[in-house]
Order: sequence, then structure tokens, then C-alpha cells
Amino acid sequence: MNRIQNKLQEDKKLLSIYFTAGYPSLNDTVTIIQDLEKSGVDMIEIGLPFSDPLADGPTIQASSTQALKNGMTSEVLFNQLKDIRKTVNIPLIIMGYFNPILQYGVEAFCKKCQEVGIDGLIIPDLPVDVYHDDYKTTFETYGLINVFLITPQTSDDRIHFIDSVSNGFIYMVSSASVTGSQSGFGDENTAYFKRIANMNLKNPQIIGFGISDNKTFTQATEYAKGAIIGSAFIKFLSDTSVNAIHEFVKAIKN
Amino acid sequence: MNYNVNQKGYYGTFGGAFIPEMLYPNVEELRQKYLEVMAEPDFKKEFNQLLKDYVGRPSPLYFAKRLSKKYNTKIYLKREDLNHTGAHKINNTIGQILMAKRLGKTRIIAETGAGQHGVATATVCALMGLECIVYMGEIDIARQAPNVARMKMLGAKVVPALSGSRTLKDATNEAIRDWINNPVNTHYIIGSAIGPHPYPDMVTRFQSVISEEIKWQLKEQEGRENPNYVVACIGGGSNAAGTYYHFLHEPDVKIIAVEAAGLGVNSGESAATSVLGKEGIIHGCKTLLMQTVDGQITEPYSISAGLDYPGVGPMHAHLAKTGRAEFMAITDDEAMTAGLELCQLEGIIPAIETSHALAIFEQKTFKADDVIVVSLSGRGDKDLDTYIKYFKL
Repeated sequence: MNRIQNKLQEDKKLLSIYFTAGYPSLNDTVTIIQDLEKSGVDMIEIGLPFSDPLADGPTIQASSTQALKNGMTSEVLFNQLKDIRKTVNIPLIIMGYFNPILQYGVEAFCKKCQEVGIDGLIIPDLPVDVYHDDYKTTFETYGLINVFLITPQTSDDRIHFIDSVSNGFIYMVSSASVTGSQSGFGDENTAYFKRIANMNLKNPQIIGFGISDNKTFTQATEYAKGAIIGSAFIKFLSDTSVNAIHEFVKAIKN
Repeated sequence: MNYNVNQKGYYGTFGGAFIPEMLYPNVEELRQKYLEVMAEPDFKKEFNQLLKDYVGRPSPLYFAKRLSKKYNTKIYLKREDLNHTGAHKINNTIGQILMAKRLGKTRIIAETGAGQHGVATATVCALMGLECIVYMGEIDIARQAPNVARMKMLGAKVVPALSGSRTLKDATNEAIRDWINNPVNTHYIIGSAIGPHPYPDMVTRFQSVISEEIKWQLKEQEGRENPNYVVACIGGGSNAAGTYYHFLHEPDVKIIAVEAAGLGVNSGESAATSVLGKEGIIHGCKTLLMQTVDGQITEPYSISAGLDYPGVGPMHAHLAKTGRAEFMAITDDEAMTAGLELCQLEGIIPAIETSHALAIFEQKTFKADDVIVVSLSGRGDKDLDTYIKYFKL
């Protein structure tokens, strides 16, 4: 069984953290992953930076631009991660846009993911239909779980389709927005969280976008298996220091 | 060979809809409805009426006598420069604003590079009384001040794109992000034959009025509907798509696509996507794309702000790959010279984009009885500043 699936079976709410590989400095990747695990984070999304991140707000855009300036590429990332499984046990997911993966070669990318011990991928601009028709077999050959997004506007039919194609968790985008663009959840968000929770989907849901502190983490995990923090963590890295990661995690978990 | 889009939204291997899930409902709504809406008699009537009374169509097909004499062939110019707002862009924005109204949208967003599409969008929003937000790269805002002023006078809000290279590609990213943040009431008027399916096809269909008119106009003047060649410049490729559309499946009509070579195709400062691009994904579609080996999108260069897009519409990528169209690359210098030549031989100041298409006559020899139709996609008023600096006028 894949590490993601194992983790989802644990009887607890999961905290997942996103960070951009190669930011703030090119070689921070491994340290950040190790410190996040030591601090008690349950799962990590490693962002593969892209020049044109359509679904991201200014914070993650800026971190991606900086990471690319620092020299981050798919090849560099795989090299950095080559011994990661000697020290890290929690699930690791690569989150990136489709074009860099396409240029690396989808199969070559998946193979490399398996070699270094990556458990899954999140590719926001690879639609579920294209994945299902063209790439599902390849991902499965290399033991990778592909994670799809749903939003408040996703129809029930499509959610059921996404649920049927998924074999890990569903990434629930908390509201209609790019990353890092809201603070706090209102009635509209909770109504949506409840609606999805009541659909009794096969895959558990993890909520992302708009989770930034203990309050939003608690609100989100009331209805879902876990929550993902991205922009707030990137902002913390740029404002504070990579040496203080445990403080950030502690504040979230309270 | 079929050169039109297929059921799944592809032109051969190019096209599709590679979009984040957040955009899916909007794009899917459009995909399901666009053909049906465009076929409605009321829609057609309103579209055609506006093209006639507001845009000023049909645009003339003008036999360029002195230019033809110089190159010893028969050159016709399709005068899109005479449209309201000065270019072909308005054909598409009229179509899309009517589409947006029928989809019940109340807020319009657009991207713009040089500002021509932004002006055309602001114009139709004023015409229909809809809110208009135009994203424009911070650098382009600085170098295209008159068009920024035009958009403001027309009531649009111009929002600077501050990310990335702060030009057209980034303005497009910002417009897409706006659409993600406003998924219910907003329609995104894409200005070129790019983006996720159905945009390339929808924009092409709205622009296809160009080739539809060429057919009957040429029949009147030459006694035949088909020229030997149709020629257009290509950035994203909307004027080209409209110019080729009704000739795509006429094997006796040769198609020439003219890209901007900038300082030279291999100079590192170029926008010749068909030569320099590799298959990749930009702004929601698979197409030829200028990028690094790692798949990061690179910044193209051309003296013409309307041609410096790092991709090309998926239909054109297919035309390039199949060899249906001949792609030519024209440098800044060649284009500027050809632009000035048209001024002096025909009394027409062309947009610098269009000047690229006119420059092929120095590169390629045609037969004396060849009939060549060149899309004169826009007028050069917007480029006066660049012409002044270049020729030290």
C-alpha cells in the first residue's frame, strides 16, 4: 500500500504543508522536508516551480520565480531527493504544472518519482479526463497516486467521476480563488464543506487554499480528513527563517 | 486532412483544454453552448448587423496596383485596418460580447499586449454597458500610453500585470487568475486564437468573416473565389485564422503564415514560434511553444507588440506540422522597410504586425498572374512612436 493511503487510514486529522522546491535557497529542499516531518507534519507537497503558475496567487508565484532564478529544475529536484527516503517516512507529493513534466517526459518523470520515493502527484492543469484517457496506466505502473482538485463550482456528477478515478484523496479547493487569497471561512465555505462531506465519497477529502492558521485549520478539518497550508508557510519562510519551521507547525497544531 | 477542430477540441495533436479544475465550469459551459448560440438566427442577425453598421464591414478588398507592379504579381489587400478601432480585433470582441450576454455574464475581462484587443474589448463593453477589466503588462502600459488612455476613456479599468516578465503572457495569466476568482458572473474575452478549447475555434469562427468576404469580393474582381495565396502575420494568430478559414480545405489555395523573427530567428531575440517552439502547454492549450528544455516558458521578442507571444494558436501549430501552411520569418528591419514601402507606394500606413506580412515580397518570388491576398490586419497609428524612433522621422 502506498504511504498516502496508509496515512489516510490513521485516526487523526492530517496537516499537509506545501512549499516551493528551491526556495528560499536552492538547497533548502531536503532540510525543509526533514524539519517538517520532525515538527509533526503528516504529509508534504513539494512544489515544482513553473514560470506561469495560473492557479497561484502572488506569494507562490514569487516563490516560484525565485526558485527558478536559484536554478531549480526537475532534474535538480530529483537529485536533491535521491536519498530522501533514508531519513523521511511521511508521504511526499510533487505538485507542479503539466508543461515541465511533459518536457521531462511523463513516463520518465513518473519512473524517477518512484525511484526517489515520491508517493503521488498533483498537477492542477492536467484535467481528469485527459489523465484518465492518456496517463492513468503510466501513473499506476510506477505506484503513483494522482490527486485531483474540486471546487465549490464542481458539479456533483463530476465529483463522482473524480472520486471514481482517484485512489488517494480529493483536494478540495476551499473557495473560488487562486492560492493565498482569503482569510477565514464564512457560511458559504462551511455549507460547501458540509455538502461534500455528506456525499459519502470513496476518497477522503483534504481542504486547501485559504488555510493559514490554527483557526482555519480547525474549521476545515471539522469537515474533512485534513488540510493543506501553502501560501502562509511560504510567507513564513520569507519573513522568518527556515530554521524556525517547528514554530510555524506548532502554531497551527496549537 | 481535416484542419478544423475535432469533437474533442484538437487540431491533430494540438489544442485541448489543459485548465485547472477551477476554470472547468466556465470553459465547459462555453464548450457546450458556443456552437448552438452562434447558430441562433437572432445571434447571427445581431452579429452581422453590428459588423455592418458599427464596425463598417465588409472591409474592402483593395487591388494594390503600384505594389503589384513593383513585385510583378497581383496583390490584393484585405483592409481590416479600416474597421472601427483600427484592426481585425473588433470582429472577435463583437462576437464574444454577444456570446457573453447570452450566457448571462455581467462582467468582462480581457488581456492585452499592445492594447489593440484591450481597446476592442473596452469598445464593445461600452457599447453593451458591461463592466470591463483589462489586464496589461506593466511594461506594455508604459510603452503603449495612447491605447491605455483610449481604454480608460471607454470606461474600462486597466489593471497592470506585475508578475513574471510583465508583458502579454503575464497579462494573460492575470486574466485567467481573475476568472478563477470570479467564476460565476464573468466572461473572459480572449483576443487571439489561443487558450483552452473552445476558444481557438470560437475566435476563428468570429474572425472567419474575413475569408468569407474575400471569397465573394475576389469573385467580383477576378471572376474566381480562390486566390493562389493567402498571407497573414501570426502572433497568436487570430487574423491569420480568419483569413485562412474558408480556404483551409481548398487545396489550390496556398497559405503563408508570417512570424516575427525579431533580430533574427537564431539571435535569441525572436518570436518565430514555428521554428523555435516545441510542443508544450501554454494558457490552457497544447501547441508549439517557446520554452527552455525544462519546460519554462520563455519571453519572445519582436519590435511589434502584437507578435511577441511565446506560443501560436493550436490550429496554426497543426498547419505548420502538416505543412499545409508555409511559415516565413521576417526580422524587425525587413518589416519596418516593408511598412514604409506600403506608405509610399499605396498611401497606407500599416500596423507593424501587418508590415511583417508585407515583407515577404522581398523574400519570395511570385508569378505575374498569381493572385495574392494579404490580410492588412491593422493600421499603423498606434505604431507611430516606433516608426518615428526607427526612421528618425
